[in-house]
Amino acid sequence: MRTALQLVALIVGFAFAALSYPQSDDLQDISRLMKQGQHTQALDRVNQYLATKPRDAQGRFLKGLILVEQNRAPEAVDVFSKLSQDYPELPEPYNNLAVLYAAQGQYEKARQALERSIRTHPSYATAYENLGDVYTKLASQAYDKALQFDSGNSAAQTKLSLVREMISGTNRPTRTAARTEPAKAAEPAKPTVLAAAPRASTAGAPEVKAAAEPKAPVPAQTKAAPASAAKSAAAKAPEKQAEKGNSASPEEAIKAVHGWAQAWSKKDINAYLAFYARDFKTPKGEPRAEWEKARRQRITAPKRIEVGVEGIKVGAIDGNGATISFRQHYRSDSLKADSNKTLVMVRVDGKWLIRQERIGN
Amino acid sequence: MMLSSEGRNRIAVAAPDAGEHEGNFPLVLLRALRALLLVLAALALPLSLPSIAKSVRPEPQTSAEALLNRVFEDIGRQRFDAALGHIEALIRARPNFRLAHLIKGDLLLAKARPLATLGNAPNGPADRIVDLREEAVARLRAYREPHSSDQVPRYLLQLLPEQKYAIVVDTGRSRLYLFQNEGGQPRYVGDYYISTGKRGALKLRAGDQKTPIGVYHVTSSLPRKKLSDFYGNGAFPINYPNEWDRRQGRNGNGIWLHGTPSDTYSRPPRASDGCVVLSNSDLDALATHLQIGLTPVIISEEVEWLSVEEWKTERRSFLQALDTWRADWESLDTDRYLGHYSPSFAANGQDRDAWGRHKRQVNSGKSWVKVGVSDLSLFRTPGKEEVVVVTFSQNYRSNNLSNVMKKRQYWLREGGRWRIVYEGAA
Repeated sequence: MRTALQLVALIVGFAFAALSYPQSDDLQDISRLMKQGQHTQALDRVNQYLATKPRDAQGRFLKGLILVEQNRAPEAVDVFSKLSQDYPELPEPYNNLAVLYAAQGQYEKARQALERSIRTHPSYATAYENLGDVYTKLASQAYDKALQFDSGNSAAQTKLSLVREMISGTNRPTRTAARTEPAKAAEPAKPTVLAAAPRASTAGAPEVKAAAEPKAPVPAQTKAAPASAAKSAAAKAPEKQAEKGNSASPEEAIKAVHGWAQAWSKKDINAYLAFYARDFKTPKGEPRAEWEKARRQRITAPKRIEVGVEGIKVGAIDGNGATISFRQHYRSDSLKADSNKTLVMVRVDGKWLIRQERIGN
Repeated sequence: MMLSSEGRNRIAVAAPDAGEHEGNFPLVLLRALRALLLVLAALALPLSLPSIAKSVRPEPQTSAEALLNRVFEDIGRQRFDAALGHIEALIRARPNFRLAHLIKGDLLLAKARPLATLGNAPNGPADRIVDLREEAVARLRAYREPHSSDQVPRYLLQLLPEQKYAIVVDTGRSRLYLFQNEGGQPRYVGDYYISTGKRGALKLRAGDQKTPIGVYHVTSSLPRKKLSDFYGNGAFPINYPNEWDRRQGRNGNGIWLHGTPSDTYSRPPRASDGCVVLSNSDLDALATHLQIGLTPVIISEEVEWLSVEEWKTERRSFLQALDTWRADWESLDTDRYLGHYSPSFAANGQDRDAWGRHKRQVNSGKSWVKVGVSDLSLFRTPGKEEVVVVTFSQNYRSNNLSNVMKKRQYWLREGGRWRIVYEGAA
């Protein structure tokens, strides 16, 4: 559930094209309270606000977000679904409904909500992104049935990693959270930023990652910087954390990740396997030899493999351990797959090795 | 509409003015779907839809395959949402139809990203994916190249009046064709997806996991309750090894037509130990037409189809050869009569010479012989060797002996002439 909440929190962008009056000061305050983690107060305030303006879409949307923050998914679903009934032309409530449904494993409902969202705005990028993931999940369920791939472990594994997959899009916003609230950087797992970007009046607005900008209501600022800002924030994050840790440098661990991807790309199976620690936790708990055999097969089978890593993020690092996440781009002659990968690494005799490999973050 | 360069970012994009963008199509999706289409097209070869006029599809449209064909048609016409709806309907009707789930997965995934192949489950067991792809190709091929009503299989030269139906199996295409006997001429009724031997066709030895090639018939019926679940709704053993197989030194036994275990709607094209396996619903449909001890089951690696005219010519030419044999026997010209027997003739422990001596001796005691042939069936065996299995009721009368027997002969065309290589009681 936690992950789902993060997801919602991060997914949300709020752009009421239809209601282009500026957000009230009240709502800005409430939004700020929410971002500061004062959810109870924020909820009280938004309820007061809605008592006077019961149909106010922005207020209701914000209430939905607060409820999500409070892990009150059923109520949040209620808020967003009523909002979508009252304002069927708005894509965002559908989108967030879908996210909540997906978090509950109701992918079919999620799909329907996202399709509605897209119907309202045929170019609504967020909904497309989400829909892509919902389709991928639904496809994966269909494949499991097709392949009778339900032998306890593997099925659970698939499901688990795909739930993580749904969080994938939240990486950057997580970093954004760290950036916007440096004081809270120590707990990046709990982003407090919620979107509140009102509509950007200019065309070509899609760069509005700034939906997560804290001072959201200034549309003019929502366009330019965020991408680079987020990146630099990402780059900084590990350093900051490294300071806290002993003296381990993230560069070495990152270098190991690149080396690992390179060995994989070269199909140099021995070099590839050498990146795995002796106590590597095989994904399904199978014996190491069995796992190695399967890996050998997978890696030698394609004619060509290309593994790219992008957006490396060092999650936690100390002298002998590091958690590194990145986006993995896998291409072979038969398969093309992008996924989020997390490597739990351990330093053995000065060398960074993989102790655990997870899809998702 | 543009996706931001970091397209994975999930933060909502500010909604643009609806009016500016309504005409925009989700290009990403279109590309993905087009890719799926290409995948299917590549598997199925020609993309043109089958001519409805020429094809015969008498199956009820509720059968699983009819539903699947509707999905193929949707995909061919790029109606992907309809395809998804139809595949879901199919899955509701046949929840254990694994291939349907695979195609559903592809239809869904095609909406998320371009597809490189059919069955895009990256972590799935590769062998099962391959199995399902092969099933898809077999079914797609049957859809793309449906049976044409003006074609008859070369093998069914003459059916007995009481043989109401005949079965022709194509192991290469994984199809079983059902024909109805209309005055001796086969009329196509329907065809079904089947699974056959893991290691292909032309069974030679027990345990070789191959499906026999030849002319057989259904010998008995084993009901579901006498069988394990593995055989599904029932089984119909056939008479492998027949006289010809034994003559060729082939062995093994227990070749059946049978159903499918309850955990799956169908099995891969190459899955059995030599049996011909149908889905349970197809087996049930077929079972109503089977006559124990009568219904012919001709198994080929690749059915040879003839036009009705060609088929009639072949039949006429063979009937001539048979009648010459009969007339030459009646003529008591033993040399001419024995001329119909191949040097490789062998039956009941007799070779050609022993047979010749025996016949000369018998004929020497005859002043007249009359041979009547009735209840004739002619089945050409599939394969390179030209062999016709002839079964008839022989009414033999002579000055000192008369008898009626059911006879079976194997005729082989060698050096441009039909000759008998085996003859015995049927």
